[in-house]
Amino acid sequence: MFPKPIAQTGLWTQRAYKIFLPLALFLWLLPLIGIAITSVRPASDLASGNYFGMPSGFAGVENYTAVFKNSNIGWYILNSFRVTIPTVIGAVGLSCLTGYALAVYKFRGNLAVFFMFVAGNFVPFQILAIPVRDLTLHMGLYNTMTGLVLFHIAFQTGFCTLFMRNFMKALPFALIESARVEGVSEFRIFWHIILPLVRPAMAALAVLIFTFIWNDYFWATIMAQSADVRPVTAGMNELKGQWKVAWELIAAASIIAALPPVAMFFLMQRHFIAGLTLGATKG
Amino acid sequence: MAQATQVGFWKKHQRSLAPWLFLAPGMLMFLIYVIYPIFQSIGISFYEWDGLGPKTYIGLQNYKDLFDDDSFHTSLINNFIWLMLYLLAIPAGLAVALFLNQTVTGIRLYKSLFFFPFVISQVVVGLIFTWFYAPGFGILPHIINFFTGTPTAILADDRYATYGVIAAGLWPQTAYCMILYLTGLNNISADQVEAARMDNAKGLKMLWYIIIPQLRPATFIALVVTVIGALRSFDLISVMTVGGPFGSTRVLSYFMYEQALSEYGTAMGYGAAIAVVLFAIMLVFISMFIVRMLSQERNA
Repeated sequence: MFPKPIAQTGLWTQRAYKIFLPLALFLWLLPLIGIAITSVRPASDLASGNYFGMPSGFAGVENYTAVFKNSNIGWYILNSFRVTIPTVIGAVGLSCLTGYALAVYKFRGNLAVFFMFVAGNFVPFQILAIPVRDLTLHMGLYNTMTGLVLFHIAFQTGFCTLFMRNFMKALPFALIESARVEGVSEFRIFWHIILPLVRPAMAALAVLIFTFIWNDYFWATIMAQSADVRPVTAGMNELKGQWKVAWELIAAASIIAALPPVAMFFLMQRHFIAGLTLGATKG
Repeated sequence: MAQATQVGFWKKHQRSLAPWLFLAPGMLMFLIYVIYPIFQSIGISFYEWDGLGPKTYIGLQNYKDLFDDDSFHTSLINNFIWLMLYLLAIPAGLAVALFLNQTVTGIRLYKSLFFFPFVISQVVVGLIFTWFYAPGFGILPHIINFFTGTPTAILADDRYATYGVIAAGLWPQTAYCMILYLTGLNNISADQVEAARMDNAKGLKMLWYIIIPQLRPATFIALVVTVIGALRSFDLISVMTVGGPFGSTRVLSYFMYEQALSEYGTAMGYGAAIAVVLFAIMLVFISMFIVRMLSQERNA
């Protein structure tokens, strides 16, 4: 293990580490702690210049209720779910198929197709924006959930395919071979043998894509014009303009908007990190 | 009879047709929404077009105009600054990972909380830092005031604004690199570390000669996500400065948005040309990544 385990070091190093660890965390999360405290501050504190001191009272309930009352944030959150959930299902589903094709079959163009997905996943959004918005417009899907979801599914399929294909490559190939010898059809092999084995990969992708799409801001801005389709990221930016210096409200709204992916992360931490760090150990 | 030959055909070619059937839905979506639009954008960049009316072919005029456009120069320089400073997330992430790679009680929770900034959307990160920097409200101007005697409004000052935005971006990016390195450190060969300890290697020497070489896969991924993240930067700029003050925080992605996608942006051809330049820059890095991944594939 590197660095040397702290338990094997001198007494002073151990003590220093014990003090420094929480201190470092406090400094690291300082901006976040600040916004959390601000979100429960009474508005009068901010008016009288009490920005960092102890809050003069707890106004958490008032502030958070005010956020929901004075804005469409409840609606925006719902919209975010309406974009995120179908995208997760679509992208994970499609990539099970593409990943399987690229991991299991040897055919001409296999690597070319694979690297098309990988490379496409890295392009800047701006080079896609004009044609994609135009296409969506022509399909009559501009400013609809479906329009936004279709694009997200297509784009996320790139990353998901990379992930799924690498995951499936590591499965024991003998399993497939013996099923083929038994005369099991290709589709049944996929459905009955492979899919149950890739459940951990599906879970990892699901949490990752959930977070990516929930946090998407660019596409939410250019593809959703009206409040009834606007996801929470784009909505937040609008609220910031609307509330100007009512920081206690902006702070509370920020916390609300950040909550679903944060909850997702803490519930599915193992899968989340496994997904994010795939490839960080080998190759 | 017909059915028999059909079954026969399927049986015979199942193995060669199956991959393309599995690929079809995902590949079709990807071609329509990602690959084809790249070429369409390149095409649009040779036209003058307001997005609604007819297109006029103007050849390379958009690119010539870009060459003389000060906003384009600012954006390009800022993209370069972003790229350079964003790379700091890699050593910073390694440092945090080394600090946290211990087995004291509660360390798991510490690791999760250090990773926290990455899970939050950049819009929220942007809002948090705007507040952090805000003159009067924010903590930072007070700290600066304490040391220098003048409170500086970082985001309102065209000398510092870009750096202020980048600092906000480094916060989640460092967390990302940290988690990559923590995983890497977890998989380091204990034998090699012990053997090196026997040879009296320790501290920085051990880190440089034994640990870092073993962390190469993690470093490669950290490099990929950091470079792409730096060049894609858009959210933070849009939330924190809207490109200002005086356009000093624009980068290519935001400049393109202003020209072609925002409420007042109708210069589709010009915007497409900006996007093509950004794409060309990123293509250099994408090609490097692909070449490396391809050689790994071949060796596997």
